[in-house]
Amino acid sequence: MTRMTIDELREHLCAAYPDLCPLFSVEFGDGVLLVDSARLREALEDLKELGFDRLGMVTAVDFGDEFELVYRLTSRSMRVGMFVKARVPRSIASVRSTVDLWPSADWQEREIFDLFGIVFEAHPDLRRILLTDDWVGHPLRKDYIDDSIIRRPDYL
Amino acid sequence: MAGVDEFARALEDTPGGGVVLTSIDAISNWARGHSLWIMPMGTACCAMELIAASFSRFDFDRHGSIPRPDPRHTDVMVVAGTITKKMAPSVKLLWEQMPEPKWCVAMGNCAVSGGIFHHDTYSVIRGVDEFLPVDVYIAGCPPRPESLQDGLLRLREKVRSESISPSRRRTVEGLLPLPGGEKR
Repeated sequence: MTRMTIDELREHLCAAYPDLCPLFSVEFGDGVLLVDSARLREALEDLKELGFDRLGMVTAVDFGDEFELVYRLTSRSMRVGMFVKARVPRSIASVRSTVDLWPSADWQEREIFDLFGIVFEAHPDLRRILLTDDWVGHPLRKDYIDDSIIRRPDYL
Repeated sequence: MAGVDEFARALEDTPGGGVVLTSIDAISNWARGHSLWIMPMGTACCAMELIAASFSRFDFDRHGSIPRPDPRHTDVMVVAGTITKKMAPSVKLLWEQMPEPKWCVAMGNCAVSGGIFHHDTYSVIRGVDEFLPVDVYIAGCPPRPESLQDGLLRLREKVRSESISPSRRRTVEGLLPLPGGEKR
């Protein structure tokens, strides 16, 4: 079976789920579905039904007043990959876990919890994975402050 | 070492005992300096250079430096690589398992000062001398095996200056002064 192009993926997605269709865009040659955080879980369930059977990566980006969650999905049957992005406000940084859809999300979501402090509801084992258990704060947040950090001087 | 210290003091008080003492020092320092077995504490890319050092091109066996995986067999801990805050307790545990006398070599910029991770990082120890008594610092990112060889030969000079008598231990002056004027 040949590789599916982005346009074919868009047609396929629009035919199956017309409500997701206007959220689909193309960034740097990759399909991106930018959904609302309240509908994120629903959209991921739909995409899994559509044939995206593999979750390659989950990560997060700190945009100041909100975090952006990035899911990379690939499909073996359609031979195509796409991103799903959702923004959650910083004050209530919490989303539904996707471990029950794709088990590979387990450690990835723990890493995001560890470094960004985003809480994944219904995660089976949400605790720190990279840092020590007694660590205070979440270091990849832009406002993280630690006494041991030495700031880079301007001349470097 | 208390018994050895008393023995050394008794030798110094005995007329002619200094000849015996310096002979013992010469033999033990020669033996220690020429069999510096390495504890390879390799955690990053410097470990590749450390591994290369013991193979045929550089062949550290000719200096008597054999890498051993067991801290209880070794004399020198070569810290080759970045030490994170999470890794530091394990390194310290391995260091404490090594029998005396023991020496420490900080190989590469990360082990010397944190290197490229010195600024704006939350997870890296800025220099392994925060928790280990480092004898030789080797700069480089990573240093070539020749640099490690030079460091080991300088460490041998340092071993040569030691004595079983506490009053005869000399300090070796490094070529470069440390920041603040202190010499090591």
